[in-house]
Amino acid sequence: MQVTRRQFFKICAAGVGSSSLVALGFAPGEALAEVREFKLARTTETRNTCPYCSVGCGILIYSLGDQAKNAHAEVMHIEGDPDHPVNRGTLCPKGAGLLDFVHSPNRLKRPEYRAPGSKEWQPISWDEAYTRIAKLMKEDRDKNFIAKNDKGETVNRWVSTGMLAASASSNETGYLTQKIARSLGMLAFDNQARV
Amino acid sequence: MTNHWVDIKNTDLVLIMGGNAAEAHPCGFKWVTEAKAHRKARLIVVDPRFTRSAAVSDYYAPIRAGSDIAFLGGVINYLLSHDRIHHEYVKNYTDFSFLVKDEFAFNDGIYSGYNPEKRSYDKSTWGYQIGKDGYVVTDPTLQNPRCVYQLMKAHYSRYTPDMVSSICGTPKDAFLKVCELIAETSAANKTMTILYALGWTQHSQGSQMIRTGAMVQLLLGNIGVAGGGMNALRGHSNIQGLTDLGLLSNLLPGYMTLPGDAEQDYKTYVEKRASKPLRPGQMSYWQNYNKFFVSNMKAWWGDAATAQNNWCYDWLPKLDKGYDLLQVFENMNQGKVNGYICQGFNPLASAPCKVKVSGSLAKLKFLVIVDPLATETSEFWQNHGEYNDVDPAKIQTEVFRLPSTCFAEEDGSLVNSGRWLQWHWKAAEPPGDAKGDQEIMAGIFLKIRDLYKKDGGAFPDPILNLTWKHKQPDAPSPEELAKEFSGKALGDVTDPKDKTQVLVKAGDQLNGFPELRDDGSTSCGCWIFAGSWSEKGNLMARRDNSDPFGIGQTLNWAYAWPANRRVLYNRASCDPAGKPYDPSRMLIAWNAEAGKWGGSDIPDFKPDSPPEDGMNPFIMNPEGVARFFAIDKMAEGPFPEHYEPMESPLAVNPMHPKNDKAKSNPAARVFKDDWSSFGTPDRFPYVGTTYRLTEHFHYWTKHVRINAILQPEQFVEIGEELAKEKGIKAGDHVRVKSKRGFIVAVAVVTKRVRTLDVAGKKVHTVGVPIHWGFMGVAKNGYITNTLTPFVGDANTQTPEFKAFLVNIEKV
Repeated sequence: MQVTRRQFFKICAAGVGSSSLVALGFAPGEALAEVREFKLARTTETRNTCPYCSVGCGILIYSLGDQAKNAHAEVMHIEGDPDHPVNRGTLCPKGAGLLDFVHSPNRLKRPEYRAPGSKEWQPISWDEAYTRIAKLMKEDRDKNFIAKNDKGETVNRWVSTGMLAASASSNETGYLTQKIARSLGMLAFDNQARV
Repeated sequence: MTNHWVDIKNTDLVLIMGGNAAEAHPCGFKWVTEAKAHRKARLIVVDPRFTRSAAVSDYYAPIRAGSDIAFLGGVINYLLSHDRIHHEYVKNYTDFSFLVKDEFAFNDGIYSGYNPEKRSYDKSTWGYQIGKDGYVVTDPTLQNPRCVYQLMKAHYSRYTPDMVSSICGTPKDAFLKVCELIAETSAANKTMTILYALGWTQHSQGSQMIRTGAMVQLLLGNIGVAGGGMNALRGHSNIQGLTDLGLLSNLLPGYMTLPGDAEQDYKTYVEKRASKPLRPGQMSYWQNYNKFFVSNMKAWWGDAATAQNNWCYDWLPKLDKGYDLLQVFENMNQGKVNGYICQGFNPLASAPCKVKVSGSLAKLKFLVIVDPLATETSEFWQNHGEYNDVDPAKIQTEVFRLPSTCFAEEDGSLVNSGRWLQWHWKAAEPPGDAKGDQEIMAGIFLKIRDLYKKDGGAFPDPILNLTWKHKQPDAPSPEELAKEFSGKALGDVTDPKDKTQVLVKAGDQLNGFPELRDDGSTSCGCWIFAGSWSEKGNLMARRDNSDPFGIGQTLNWAYAWPANRRVLYNRASCDPAGKPYDPSRMLIAWNAEAGKWGGSDIPDFKPDSPPEDGMNPFIMNPEGVARFFAIDKMAEGPFPEHYEPMESPLAVNPMHPKNDKAKSNPAARVFKDDWSSFGTPDRFPYVGTTYRLTEHFHYWTKHVRINAILQPEQFVEIGEELAKEKGIKAGDHVRVKSKRGFIVAVAVVTKRVRTLDVAGKKVHTVGVPIHWGFMGVAKNGYITNTLTPFVGDANTQTPEFKAFLVNIEKV
């Protein structure tokens, strides 16, 4: 019996025995005789897009847990999406390492604050951070907002606070960010495309 | 990209120049391999380095960094002087026959209207002759010396093979070989694709390099056809989308633009952008500008945007100048900026001249970092030894560092280089207390809004009235936001030809931008994305990869802007009578029986306009045709001209040896204090150029264990000749210096970077990969942009990272 790798996973999910020997290169036909379940079969598969370059490769993220409300999903494998018309299941050396990006020790986990002149970070709650940032922004805007220029023309701009938007955030984040920035009158505003 | 990744398989010839797709876009590059294997396509690579793209090419030509306009200008000269152009295409679909104003002139490298003090042009002479009927005057015989064809021919006749070889350092025979290969695609059934990336954009004349490439493609009839096009391989997964959404200083969504101070009158603002056709029978699609604009204002300000208040026109900030990244850091350095927010952006590493950027950040009162990773910018104030030698006690900036989600922890859409909006799904919760970017933006905004509600303050109206109809106000959902930018009917949208016919009923999602109205009855946050979420659902999430025509169009996979079109300008793939130039790669064709255009793609054209009506393919231009002569659209002139990089290894521009004003880009903006930060070849004799490695992505993957293992340590690449001259062996530590600072790295001595003969002297190149810094799991290194100059392209202000001057010494 010949099965493709994807069919093989389906067979595994249906409860027919299988083996990690597959990972060592044995053909599925032989592996069907084994009893241990391939661990990817018990994961949740989520379709996503590689966040690095602009090819936009389709990826499959495998996470432990069945998406039950109290189960904490843990990403444990990422590979190319074979259905994707551009990458057809392949990934480059960057995309193939995405799992280590998700789990990088340098992922930020909680809001932090560095006081003027300080040598260290200190924790801050989200609410405190939002409150303090909003206060600083409003103070600066109220002080430096330019409603009219020297010629008396209406210009309604705020250029003493600026923002750089991301390069890999979603359109939905970008749209919201654009809308907020312009409502504040912000012009000192760019994204990674500038460089 | 005018085309898209899979479409590369339809080409006959690939030119990679100003990019290195094999290493920087490996999974897209597979379509080059596909074209080579299955169409016998050939690959040419023109690059200062023998890259991995070059390693699998059919022909490689070396070039000095920053001299691409000279090379491509030489190609234009070759095509025109050997008559290897697509005659029917250029005659009908370009401005070849258009007459240019008599006052327009070009003298020794400088166009008419130059002001050397302001380093800018009065462009009033850079235009067409307009007849009494209001249309451009043309000469279809192409004999008039003022027609674009004749002016262009004269302009590029100076770019002889000898001149090209002298400026570029490309051996003459290699240059001519490339010309011959390119010229073959002037046949109607042959095409070439140009793939480029930051290797073209990151120059003080980068926009004009890209224009010159586009001119070559137009001469050959390679724009708008399957397997052709000008294909920008963008550097990040969604800078295409963020640009489409207008997140740049001067933009509104969908490439609409913010008004300048002088544009006080709303009607004048719109009229200037809604250009009337400049030739009879042309579409000039931007005539619909007001529909896009009003719908955008309705999306942002809802009921507050009314005809009476010009749809809140005055609420938009007006520009007295551009506030691009370089301008903002200049202002910051002058103490004029108090607060700054970096959302997934690491300017300390990404912006040029680290010493200036670092000093500028230290003048801020507050800095807010929103990022999934601990970036260098977030610790610009922290002493990291030799890599960031600052004294925290002297830096008074308050810094907030807010943890955000990464791709795996959110739903949403990204736009790839091929303009596909692809939806992705959340796979896990973020670590610790990290939150999504939308929640963070909402968190800050709602606090500000509350303060304005409670205490009042400077012009609160646009803040208090900003539409915010989210089920969870503190966590706007991606679905809600996507529907908002895609657009909906606020009132019934009726057929303009028959008002009794309701096309979309009030409250429904729109099907596309043809349904937008300028009477306030539609709302759409980004007109080019209109229809991506219609009543049919989220079209960005579609996953049908079927390819019925076999040329890789997959129209039911995701959603491409605009209108799900996969190849832009596709009307130009047919002759004037509407027949495909190459039926085996048909995109669209005129179907006389049905009275409409159709095929494997969505027509980029008025779908029912018969060929005999004479509407031309470039519907976004008021001319209806593509422009060789850029009229007033470019900062430095209507025809691209070679200028030296701001830091050049040469004493003069070989094109204009006696005119110092024309040495480097005459319209490049240089801040007063930065002139002294430019180096000269007596102290910094070598050309520095920065680039990516295939094992790393930008400044992110040094945080990623597997990539840190693959390429753990910072290095620079030099050629064997320079290594010998400087006594440097492979593995030695070297110091690379520019006028702005130095880095220390391991030397890789390689045949892949060669010494070139340029204008009678030997020019060595030092290659500097960008990926290291003082945060991450890779070995710490110096920030490469310590070396780079604080100057950008005259049009885009994209920094000149690809050509600058350095010196090198063994440590």
